[in-house]
Amino acid sequence: MTDVTPLARSTTPAEFAAPEAVLTLTGMTVAYAAAPAIEDVTARFAKGAMTAIIGPNGAGKSTLLKATLGLLPTVSGKVEAFGLPLARALPRIAYVPQRASVDWDFPARVLDVVLMGLYRQTGALGRIGKAETARATECLSRVGMEAFADRQIGALSGGQQQRVFLARALAQGADLYLLDEPFAGVDAATESAIITVLKSLRDEGRSIIAVHHDLATVPAYFDRVLLLNRRLVAEGTVATTFRQALVAQTYGAALPGTIPA
Amino acid sequence: MFLNALLLQAGYNAALVSLGAGLLGFAAGCVGAFVNLRRRALVSDAMAHATLPGVGLAFLLMAAFGGEGRNLAGLLAGAALSAALGLLAVQRLTRTRLPEDTAIGAVLSTFYGAGIVILTVIQNLDVGRPAGLEGFLLGSTAGMLRGDALLIAGGGAVTLLLLAALARPLALAAFDPGHARMMGLSPRLLDMVLMLMTLAVVLLGLRVVGLILIVALLITPATAARYWSDRAPRVALIGGGIGALSGHVGAALSASLPDLPTGPVIVLLAFAAFLFSALFAPRRGLITRALNRRSLRRASRGTARGASRGAA
Amino acid sequence: MDGSEFVPLTLPPMVIALLAALSCAGPGNFLILRRQAMLGDAMSHVVLPGIVAAFLLSGSASPPILLAGALAAAALSAALIEAIRRLGGTDPGAAMGITFTAMFAAGVLMLELSGAASVHLDVEHALYGNLEGLIWLDATGWASLLDIAALGGLPPELPALALVAGLILATLRIFHRPLAIATFDEGFATSLGIPTRLLSAGLVALTALAAVAAFSAVGSILTIAMLICPPATARLLTDDLGRQIRLSLGLAALAAVAGTVAAGYLPLFLGLSFTVSASGMIATVSGLGLALAATLSPRRHGHGQRG
Repeated sequence: MTDVTPLARSTTPAEFAAPEAVLTLTGMTVAYAAAPAIEDVTARFAKGAMTAIIGPNGAGKSTLLKATLGLLPTVSGKVEAFGLPLARALPRIAYVPQRASVDWDFPARVLDVVLMGLYRQTGALGRIGKAETARATECLSRVGMEAFADRQIGALSGGQQQRVFLARALAQGADLYLLDEPFAGVDAATESAIITVLKSLRDEGRSIIAVHHDLATVPAYFDRVLLLNRRLVAEGTVATTFRQALVAQTYGAALPGTIPA
Repeated sequence: MFLNALLLQAGYNAALVSLGAGLLGFAAGCVGAFVNLRRRALVSDAMAHATLPGVGLAFLLMAAFGGEGRNLAGLLAGAALSAALGLLAVQRLTRTRLPEDTAIGAVLSTFYGAGIVILTVIQNLDVGRPAGLEGFLLGSTAGMLRGDALLIAGGGAVTLLLLAALARPLALAAFDPGHARMMGLSPRLLDMVLMLMTLAVVLLGLRVVGLILIVALLITPATAARYWSDRAPRVALIGGGIGALSGHVGAALSASLPDLPTGPVIVLLAFAAFLFSALFAPRRGLITRALNRRSLRRASRGTARGASRGAA
Repeated sequence: MDGSEFVPLTLPPMVIALLAALSCAGPGNFLILRRQAMLGDAMSHVVLPGIVAAFLLSGSASPPILLAGALAAAALSAALIEAIRRLGGTDPGAAMGITFTAMFAAGVLMLELSGAASVHLDVEHALYGNLEGLIWLDATGWASLLDIAALGGLPPELPALALVAGLILATLRIFHRPLAIATFDEGFATSLGIPTRLLSAGLVALTALAAVAAFSAVGSILTIAMLICPPATARLLTDDLGRQIRLSLGLAALAAVAGTVAAGYLPLFLGLSFTVSASGMIATVSGLGLALAATLSPRRHGHGQRG
């Protein structure tokens, strides 16, 4: 059951036709071993919107995100962000990997992790002084974690770890945020804290792209969806694209009746 | 001379030794296939290095009681004890926050270091002739006694029989421990049995291949075999075949060139088999895969062209 | 203490062991955090074929040429491990085991077949080094430490290792921050523009340099022990990366000094009239330290959340 109808979403800025693109992918193909994981994906992501990347397991959602950032070798394809080639746009992009992709037993405090987000400013040897610490603490308080600054990261719950990752991305002060399954395995309080922060970023004119797996929350959380199953199925606003027929086509199966026909 | 040795014509002892090495190689290749399945390759390396203090202490003990310090069975008993202790240490360390590879490296170097200390004690005490002990580092079939060769061949045969009897439950537990438990098997017990068989191979291989390189006889043939088949029993058999060939030919080679330490010869033969497999195996070999990849790239270029034509 | 025996016979091996220990323990911290502890094992084994090949090809045993050979072998083995791992989908542990055993075997065979054994190269030396042989004959006592002429007679390994240790520790200090970020979260580090692959290769190179420099003095076994044991011990004692590194250096130094002293004097103390392998003793001491930390440290258990 979703109590947010597609019509109610039409007030968001992303609803207007042919929005300006913040990120474009052209003909992207990625292969592990011999089989392609994503094939010939060409897509535009709207500026100032929150876009969900949706698809079944193994559809290549995370792969698409990683390949976009140049973390995986591509067989072919081109990436442009803010109208620039990736390498020049990278300083304006923040990436939040899957929580499970790192070793949380790493010897570091919460504040140390958030300070990593300031690396572009501090560099390898630049001093980390009061200003940097204050900025990191402020990012932590935006996700409600300022009380944990000195805590060992291994001592955090899954939801708290995810919030620390988001705080690290906030510290980057980026204009485009790429998040890989930000709500996977987190508690309800964290989920609502994260979505509040993401929406406030969107309202500041920044763009959000997240790999998302919970179809029920798509209309409430996102403006646009990109349906992916190794190939691009469709991309558009939640109202026009998050439809029973297209989603079923993406998943190759009929789905629970929460999705508008 | 080499041909003679290869065809078992170089005398009874040499024939026994190279047959023993072949059987050892067969056992190692088969056991190694399961070690690889459980991703325990380097644990066996730690085990092998951990034998050294045991070998040294056993030598000292036997010499102290007036016995022949070089009695192989006695040395192997000492090696087994200290290797088991090393394995236990690895397990204890992985129960802390340290990852397994760190535990392995720490145990390997510490036990080996302690073994070196004991070796220098032996050298200085001037008890018996420690010369035989150096053969345990890199393997040496020169001067191997008939009883030693029989011990190695017999031990290899027993290990193989045990493995043949347990191959199915071992494969099941390696693939899916949870399911194995549902089938009434104990993955922990099976793991212990596998480690025991690994220990047997390590011990039998000490004299032939040496403790520094014995790990290669466990993992190199088995990894090479993986290129030829996707099915566990077949991988084990092919691995055994490669191991047997390397062991037999290597021992024969070093019998005809007595200066050569046996271990490195056997290991290089196994490595050559690995290289050949990695390059030329059908389906999984590099050459086949390079061809596949090229056709994939061509296909993706083809669809991209098709799409742009469609758009226009 | 009377220096007339200690300074020429015990001090140089001790200092050399200390420098080798520091060179290894530094990069070891990052290796164990990256689950690459066995890379040190691999590196210390492939030094031998590199040195032998360099000697056979050039006919010269001069240190720079041997060093170049060893580094080339280290690079070749790193590439081979990576190739076997990626192209064959082989478990990294197995890929490493296959590579370093084959290369070490090749080194031993080259050595035996060519008769290079006559020029200070032999397998035993490669395994346990020759720490005890590195003595300072020009020294007569503590005063020799201030005697320029006598200092010139120091074993050449000592200044060479001092240089390497300084280089390695300075490099780690400079690149600490990006290395820490890339070790914790490689994908994120790449998105920050940190050249993660270059850093990984650099870490391998530092490890290889430490292994090569330590090799001739202390042998491969002590190299592995110093790469792994002190950082692992420190890892069990603290939750702060900077503190862990400093602690590991202290522990490595302690093991080097205690091990050299124990090797020289423990048998005498027990009434035996000889010394035992210093390399082996240092490795043993560092392992005992780890065992102690693993049994007693309140922080020995992780937080149980491993990604």
